Amino acid sequence: MSTLKTLNGNQTIAEAVRQVDPDVLAAYPITPSTAIVETIAKFKADGRISGEFVCPESEHSAMSVCIGAASAGGRVMTATASQGLALMWEMLYIAAGLRLPIIAAIVNRSLSAPINIHGDHSDTMGARDTGWIQIYSENCQEAYDNFIQAFRIAEHLDVRTPTLVGLDGFIISHSMEVIKVEDDDRVKAFVGEYQPVYPLLDTSKKFTVGPIDFTDYYFEHKRNQMEGIENAPPIIEKVGKEFGEQFGREYGFFEEYRMDDAETCIVVMSSAAGTCKDAIDQLREEGKRIGLLKPRVYRPFPDKKIAESLKDMKAVAVLDRCASPGAFGAPLFTEIRNALYDYESRPKVVNYVYGLGGRDIMVEHFREVAEKLDRIADSGKVEEIYGYLNLRE
Amino acid sequence: MKKETWKELTIGTINLDAGNSVKNLTGTWRSGRKPEFIEENCIQCFFCWLYCPHFAVLVDDDEVKGINYDYCTGCGMCAEVCPSKEKAIVMVKEEAKLAEGGTK
Repeated sequence: MSTLKTLNGNQTIAEAVRQVDPDVLAAYPITPSTAIVETIAKFKADGRISGEFVCPESEHSAMSVCIGAASAGGRVMTATASQGLALMWEMLYIAAGLRLPIIAAIVNRSLSAPINIHGDHSDTMGARDTGWIQIYSENCQEAYDNFIQAFRIAEHLDVRTPTLVGLDGFIISHSMEVIKVEDDDRVKAFVGEYQPVYPLLDTSKKFTVGPIDFTDYYFEHKRNQMEGIENAPPIIEKVGKEFGEQFGREYGFFEEYRMDDAETCIVVMSSAAGTCKDAIDQLREEGKRIGLLKPRVYRPFPDKKIAESLKDMKAVAVLDRCASPGAFGAPLFTEIRNALYDYESRPKVVNYVYGLGGRDIMVEHFREVAEKLDRIADSGKVEEIYGYLNLRE
Repeated sequence: MKKETWKELTIGTINLDAGNSVKNLTGTWRSGRKPEFIEENCIQCFFCWLYCPHFAVLVDDDEVKGINYDYCTGCGMCAEVCPSKEKAIVMVKEEAKLAEGGTK
């Protein structure tokens, strides 16, 4: 049985943490993820979780604590946002290189300068090459569901790769939503017992963690590391399916919304996908053949699956809540356009950057994109490959 | 020594052969010069032993006895810190590189 609870995004993560009860939780509070850490601290103070709660002097240290605790053999997690994730930077690579299945809830927030506390994807997109698995959530329910699944994915013996779950700052982290919270024992059973691999606390074995590699070994170790994230897709699929069987909400790599017979498509992740669905509903009622593809897993990137879904479209608009200065388009766009390259027939693909620093994206903005897609589909010509939504020009 | 392929390596850079850095003969890094120990000038202050970054000063029976050329990188720090009036360690020219497998 599940219970309906009114929680915001941060509380749903904390609720999942309480249910999983990892061995070590190390985090430093930062807006908009502070309430996750605060709630965990309260759970600890109230004796509702048994894991160690460590609040070190910075996010860099928080991730360092996670790495140490995971090397020791513990199930470990953290939560942060924005500058906090940026400060964890070098440790993110180390967690991935050591193949430690640390779980992080990242409340997506813009990066300074100028300082801004609101939601965009600059933080996690900046971390896209760190070797972490990245899963994004549309709403509080998905944040809760994704966070529980993240443990199963990261800890799978073929994967052993740290995993972050993103939820949009304020839009999700601070919005109340009625969500289904599953029973504690069923969540615990779903996540299962943690199986450490080469735990340092097992003193019966002699081994070294993190020794130096010179030119003769570094390359092989990095290739060996990549095997973990490359093994992840079937596990992500299996866990998403099993989650559906257990709790009635199945997950894949992305969600297709009203894609049947669609000729144009908007690709957008996280909370904006909810607004986009309303726009698609309106446009469908008006007879437009348009759909939405909402990526859930960004790393490993499901290139073939997304390309298969989009290849027969006439025009596709990829919306990024992140800019990539000097690059040929923003991160999601470059991946998707690249994935379609090998197809003989493929859609025209354009990119719009939206919502930086928490700027609103409304139904009217998706309608604006839909109109542009119509023009591209009709003419077969792209006038502007890269643009901005709801920006004062 | 045969080096593993990426598939043969243990997950997460774990090294199951703990302490195997002893097999890494840093003496092969030495290039052109090496320290020479002059026993009669040595005042047994242990400065060379303390400062050597590679633990390559040989000590036996509480006395400095010379240099372990398998690990000495030829940095010259020992000769530099030697406080003896007549230096007990001097850097000399070395023509040949350390052989594969070391001095033994």
